[in-house]
Amino acid sequence: MAAKSSFLNMALCLTLICLVCSALLGFVNTLTAEPIAKAQQQKTFNALSAVLPSFEDAKEEAVSLDGQDYRCYIATTDTLVSGYAVISKVTGFGGTLEVMVGFDAEGKVWSTSVLSHSETPGLGAKCTEPAFKDQFDHLDPAVKTLQVKKDGGDIDAITASTITSRAYTLAVANACKVAAGLRPVEAAEPVEEPVMEGGAENE
Amino acid sequence: MEYLFIIISAIFVNNILLSQFLGVCPFLGVSSKVSTAAGMSGAVCFVITLATVVTFLLNKLLLSFDIAYLQTIVFILVIAALVQMVEIVLKKISPSLYKALGIFLPLITTNCAVLGVALNVVTKEFSFFGGQPHLFNLAEATVYAFATSLGYGLAMILFAGLREHLSFNKVPEAFKGVPIALVTAGLLALAFMGFSGMVY
Amino acid sequence: MNKLQIIVRGIVKENPTFVLLLGICPTLATTTSALNGMSMGLATMAVLILSNMTISAIARFIPDKVRIPSYIVVIATFVTLLQLLMQAYVPDIYATLGLFIPLIVVNCIILGRAEAFANKNGVVDSALDGVGIGLGFTLALTLLGAVRELLGGGSLFGWRIIPSDYNILAFVLAPGAFIVLAYLIVAFKKLTK
Repeated sequence: MAAKSSFLNMALCLTLICLVCSALLGFVNTLTAEPIAKAQQQKTFNALSAVLPSFEDAKEEAVSLDGQDYRCYIATTDTLVSGYAVISKVTGFGGTLEVMVGFDAEGKVWSTSVLSHSETPGLGAKCTEPAFKDQFDHLDPAVKTLQVKKDGGDIDAITASTITSRAYTLAVANACKVAAGLRPVEAAEPVEEPVMEGGAENE
Repeated sequence: MEYLFIIISAIFVNNILLSQFLGVCPFLGVSSKVSTAAGMSGAVCFVITLATVVTFLLNKLLLSFDIAYLQTIVFILVIAALVQMVEIVLKKISPSLYKALGIFLPLITTNCAVLGVALNVVTKEFSFFGGQPHLFNLAEATVYAFATSLGYGLAMILFAGLREHLSFNKVPEAFKGVPIALVTAGLLALAFMGFSGMVY
Repeated sequence: MNKLQIIVRGIVKENPTFVLLLGICPTLATTTSALNGMSMGLATMAVLILSNMTISAIARFIPDKVRIPSYIVVIATFVTLLQLLMQAYVPDIYATLGLFIPLIVVNCIILGRAEAFANKNGVVDSALDGVGIGLGFTLALTLLGAVRELLGGGSLFGWRIIPSDYNILAFVLAPGAFIVLAYLIVAFKKLTK
C-alpha cells in the first residue's frame, strides 16, 4: 500500500513525477514535431489542390485588408502564376466559418472549399455540399453580384440557412477583394467590387 | 457592445451544459435540490473565472518558452491547486460559506467545465456579430469565463427546480433516477436551442 | 478473480456508461456519429490502459496525501502523448474530437479506476481492467453514436440507409444526445436484469 506521508517525501515524489513526465513529453514532442508539421502541410496542399487549377508550387503570403488578416497562397507553374488562393474567415451561424477560395490567373473564382465550420448539421452544414458551393465555381466577380438573392445578388441561399449562406458569400466576396490586390497591377482590370456594407450580414 | 454579445452568447446561445456538454457529471449528481445546485454553481462560478484568468496568463508564458504541449498538464495542476487554495482561504475567511459549499469544493477539480473553458479561451477563435474571428484578450476571456459560469448556474438551477417537481410524479420503474433526469435535460436543451442564432 | 472475468465485468456488470454513469460529458458530446463515438472510446481506452498499468506499478511509492495530484499528472502525461500522436498520424479525427481529447484528463472513469482498482492490484490485472472498462466505454459510445447517426443523419458509419428527407435532425443535435442516452440506459437495465 501507499507509503506514509511526510513533507520531504511528498515534495520529492511530486517533483520526481513531474520531472519524468515532462522529460518524456519533451522527448515525444521532438519525435512528433516533424510528422505534425508534415500532416499540416499535406492538409494545406490537399485544400489547395481542391480549389486551384493544377499547379506545381505554392508560396504563402500574409495580406491585411480592411483591418482583417488573410493567409494567401500564390500558385505557380513553370514560374508563371497559375492561380491564387485566399483563406477567408467570417462569422457563420454557429461560430467561425473558414473558407478557402481559389482563383485562376485571370482573377475568376476557380473553386471554394470549407476548411472548418461549426454550422448546424443538416442545415448550415450543407454549405459543404456541391449543391450550394458549386455555384461559386468559375464565377466571375466582375459579372456576378456576390450576395444572396434575398439581398439582391446572384447566389442561391441554402433553404432555412440564410445566415450561413450570407456568411459564405461574404467570405468569397472578401477573398475576391484580397485576390484583386494580389494580382500584378497591369493584369488587374478595374473590377467592380460587390458592395458589402458593414451591416449586411447582421440580421 | 461586444461584451454584451459575449455574455448573451455564453449564457444562452452556447450554454456550456446544454449545448457543449461540459460539466454534466455534477449536473446529474447534485441537482436534485435547488439549494445544493445553487451552492455548486456558486463554487464553480468562482473557480472557473479564477482558473481562466490564471491559465490564460500562464499560457502566454508557455507559448513564450515554446512548450505549448505542456498545456494540459499545467492547466489541470493549476486548477487542482486553485481548488485547494480556495478551500483553505474560504475556511479561514468565511467558515459559513465554506460549510455551505462543503463537499462540492474538492469535486470541482474533475469538473470538465473548468478545464474545458480554460482550454477553450486559449485555443478557439471566437467571433460575434459578424466581426472578424479572433482569439480572446484577457478582458474578453474573463468576461467570457464569468458569463459561461453564470450560464452553468442558470441551467443547473432550472434543472434542479424541474427535478424537485419530478419527484412528485409517477415515473415508470425503469426510468427512475438518471434516465428520467436525462430526458428532462434533453427537453431543457431543446428549449435552449430556441436561443440559437440570437446573437446574429 | 480470473482474467476473463475482469474484462467481461467491465463490459456488462460495471459498464462505465450504462451502469456506473461515469464520463457522461464526452459520451454526450462526441457521439454525433458511430465513427466519432468509436474514436473517442478507443482514445479513452488507450489512456485508461496505460494509466492503470503505470499507477498500479508506482502506487506503492507514492505518499498517500499526494496520491491524487500524482495520478492526475500521470494521466495528463498520457493524454498529452495521445494528443501529439493523434495530431501527427490521424489529424482528421483529432480535429473532429477537438477539445474532448485533452478533456480525457478529467474523465472520471480514468481517475475512478485508478482509485478503485489500479492502486490495489497488480500491473497485469490493472491492464485487463483497463481493457474491460475501455471496451465497455467504446461499445457504449459506438452504440450511442450509431443510434444518433441513424435517426438523425440516416446513415451508419457513413453508409446511407434512410433517405435524407426522413431524418430527424434533433437527434444529431444536443437534445438528442440526452434522450437517446436515457433510452439506452433503460434498455440496458432491462436486458441485463
